[in-house]
Amino acid sequence: MIGDFPPAALLILGALLVPFFKGNARNWYVIILPALAFYLISQLQPGSSWQIHFFGFDLTFLRVDKLSKVFGYIFTLNAFAAFIYSFYLKDSTQHMAALIYIGSALGVVFAGDMVSLYFFWEVMAVASTFLILARKTEKAQGSAMRYILVHIFGGLCLLAGLVIYINQTGSVDFNAMTDRNLGTYLILIGILVNAAAPPMHAWLPDSYPEATVTGGVILSAYTTKTAVYTLIRGFPGWEILIVIGCCMTIYGIIYALLENDMRRILAYSIINQVGFMVTGVGIGTMMSLNGAAAHAFCHIIYKALLWMSAGSVLYMTGKSKCTDLGGLYKTMPWTLIFGTIGALAISSVPATSGFTSKSLIIDGASHEHLFWVWLILEIASAGVFLHAGIKFPYFVFFAKDKGLRPGETNKSMLIAMGFLAFLCIFLGLYPKPLYDILPYEVHYQAYTVNHVVAQLQLLSLSALVFFLFLKLLKRTETISIDTDWFYRKGGRIFYYLMDKSLNGINRFANRVLAEGLAGFVGRIARSGPEIFTLGIMIPLWSVSGLKGEKLQGKIETARAALQTGTAPVGIGAALATVFLVIIFLLN
Amino acid sequence: MKQKKEFDYFDRPETIKKLWILLYVVCVLTIVPDFFTDRHAYFGVDGYFGFFALLGFISCAVLILFSKLIALVLKTKEDYYDR
Repeated sequence: MIGDFPPAALLILGALLVPFFKGNARNWYVIILPALAFYLISQLQPGSSWQIHFFGFDLTFLRVDKLSKVFGYIFTLNAFAAFIYSFYLKDSTQHMAALIYIGSALGVVFAGDMVSLYFFWEVMAVASTFLILARKTEKAQGSAMRYILVHIFGGLCLLAGLVIYINQTGSVDFNAMTDRNLGTYLILIGILVNAAAPPMHAWLPDSYPEATVTGGVILSAYTTKTAVYTLIRGFPGWEILIVIGCCMTIYGIIYALLENDMRRILAYSIINQVGFMVTGVGIGTMMSLNGAAAHAFCHIIYKALLWMSAGSVLYMTGKSKCTDLGGLYKTMPWTLIFGTIGALAISSVPATSGFTSKSLIIDGASHEHLFWVWLILEIASAGVFLHAGIKFPYFVFFAKDKGLRPGETNKSMLIAMGFLAFLCIFLGLYPKPLYDILPYEVHYQAYTVNHVVAQLQLLSLSALVFFLFLKLLKRTETISIDTDWFYRKGGRIFYYLMDKSLNGINRFANRVLAEGLAGFVGRIARSGPEIFTLGIMIPLWSVSGLKGEKLQGKIETARAALQTGTAPVGIGAALATVFLVIIFLLN
Repeated sequence: MKQKKEFDYFDRPETIKKLWILLYVVCVLTIVPDFFTDRHAYFGVDGYFGFFALLGFISCAVLILFSKLIALVLKTKEDYYDR
């Protein structure tokens, strides 16, 4: 029955056929695949299937419930839009990598056990690296290398945690974790690496902005959001996530405010947005878990839209730094309009999807009377408008005209952006279809007079601050040091220190021990017997009347005999006696 | 052939002035409803008059100033990692 086919398999197997298509047929093919997967997901019935017994484990490749379905829907929907966007692309490697990446993300959300989840988790990391490498620049290669190394570290934490957990519980089923021990904490760390939680977040702003135009759009959606899914499934109500999530929301804003590169601004704003979701998971009520899922859903749409509009600008101008951009509203009006809709949605302006989804998390906090959490989330909401809502469109499309006249981007890009912009507004005005597919039943009304007024107050005053402080926000040609410093510079400093300290000790030891002491001992061992013997024998020979050449001859013979160890037995024995006496005296 | 004049509405000083006025008007307008509605407050403070306006203003100002402050330590040249 087709309804039972794993959507992950459709995309991953489908990816293998990409090279057999040429030209536009290939682009149509990769658009149709996620559309088919979307249909497949809509037909899935709740329950578990595709269970395989493997090395003593019961693996479940298809566990269907409302939570896995909501992520399945958005993953395929976003893939559909992203492949429309990349219709211009003539690179089957990128298409294959993207399909395998998205397919394995679906594999994670439909995995019913931790072994298959781990398998797809690692495939995701590998496939996504190719989307960064495809940029084919030296910088991209460097950051792809760091990207994969960080994910290997995260994967190892996850694996170690899983091994401990499975040993303790004897089960590989993946459900909400209740025990708090080394195993579950290691699993949590492994997931938080992918969720880009500080201090293990620097891989994201390091690598995503180095990816290709379409790679950035695709990457922005899956790695962090599969992590959010895994947190919702495995760690609901873990209070530590509230703290981590709140830190993420503020951290992302501060760094996005410092950034000059538009795609790095968007990368930091992912950390900020995922922070809201992580906080929602930490609160752990039905409302806030719904909020985390809903926010992931809406976030994927408007964040992809923002990456698309930034990508269009990069594609048309070849530039991505705010200091190089400005005044593009004159020649790229549609990119501006769609990008601004994304910017308004991420800022959760009423009538956009951000408003109907983020409110679930913030109200989830206030329903639980978590004052500080609520306050931080409100502050962060104001900050989002600052860094993503206004800063991105303002510096790219307005600000100072830098004389760039690139013209509007190509049609397929505009169609994809238009589609996502429509969804942003549609889900903002009519969130019911989204609320209906959330994991728990929703009894929530985002549009109350008080709520709308409060949000408008917050946002319009944020906008006022932005323009009042515009001078302070002037872009500079700089980057900001983040925690990747520890493995980028720290590595070199570590190398330098190790070189100086350990190699210094090595050189010192070589000089003193290998060359000095060993040489000394060697010399003593070689010439010691000679000195002793001759010291005693020369006076004896002199006394017995040997002189001149004869004495010299005797000395030479004795020296040669001693050096080669062929001295007459008597001399050897005499020497041994002398040594014994010396040792006896020294004792 | 006479070139079509470029659309430069947002570069004009008079437009920028109008937008400033618009921004101030919007800010005031969002506070007006607080005279008439009684907000349900979960924590007390969130029911105060103009609370969210004040929160928006202060938090954004603090965020910008704070980021400026740590920029002194964190900002560096673009080729920092290539050196």
